[in-house]
Amino acid sequence: MLSPVGRALTSDRRCLSRSRRRAAIAAIGPLVVLAGILWALAQPERLLLLDPDAHGFWSLAVEPPLLVLVAGVFFQGFIASGLLRDLERSELG
Amino acid sequence: MFATGFLVLAACLLAQAIVGDEVWNLSAWRRYFFPGFGFVMGLAMWGVAVLSGGSTIHLLAHCTWAQVMMLAGGAHLGLARGKLQHRFWRLTMPLALGVSGLAFISHEENGWLHSRSALVHHICGWTLVVGALFPLGAAFRPRSRFFRLGFAATFVVLAITLFALRDSGPVLGNISSTGRGDERR
Repeated sequence: MLSPVGRALTSDRRCLSRSRRRAAIAAIGPLVVLAGILWALAQPERLLLLDPDAHGFWSLAVEPPLLVLVAGVFFQGFIASGLLRDLERSELG
Repeated sequence: MFATGFLVLAACLLAQAIVGDEVWNLSAWRRYFFPGFGFVMGLAMWGVAVLSGGSTIHLLAHCTWAQVMMLAGGAHLGLARGKLQHRFWRLTMPLALGVSGLAFISHEENGWLHSRSALVHHICGWTLVVGALFPLGAAFRPRSRFFRLGFAATFVVLAITLFALRDSGPVLGNISSTGRGDERR
């Protein structure tokens, strides 16, 4: 049997763990986007769109820093949002 | 494009390790995403094997690679669906990663520092060989967060390495992007 103080501490720890998990899931997408932005700023020469006449279609279509950014947006929009909803639902249930 | 796919996959594996299987599997498409992706990558690898003009070792490496990826993808689809129950089916994932790594290493005949492509092949190969230890551990300790995070980190490293493949600048400051012999020609 846990004392009221023990119960409160256990409940606090669970809440902290839940909020950490939620924060971690919510942070993955923005961190990937941030990595893409930092990469584009650090290596602007890899953004071939800035010099479109010198490159072919595929080089212009596949821009690595922008792809990283798109990956982050995709994860945040299509995966993280639903996952956070399910996480909240499972915690309530 | 492969690098972007691996990056999304790494983010998904990381998220799955954080929330746990119970929450991740609440959505059917999330449950089938990783094994389905593996199976489709295995199918696409047949195309790469047929279309990439190279030596016999290239063809053998790509064909073996395609088979183990399809095996791992199919087995994990069966596990996700509940049709397969035995935990030994989970060993198909370390097998796929190990064979993929050996395929990378075996079909790169040049040394580590010969060119950017050679360096990327060696890094990817050894990352996959070492990374195979994580799903191997997870097959016996499925709830271990260490093995799951390690598995996700393997794909992060793969994505970063593949993104570096298309860079045309010097590697590590002194290794040129093209092969050493190619520059003199």
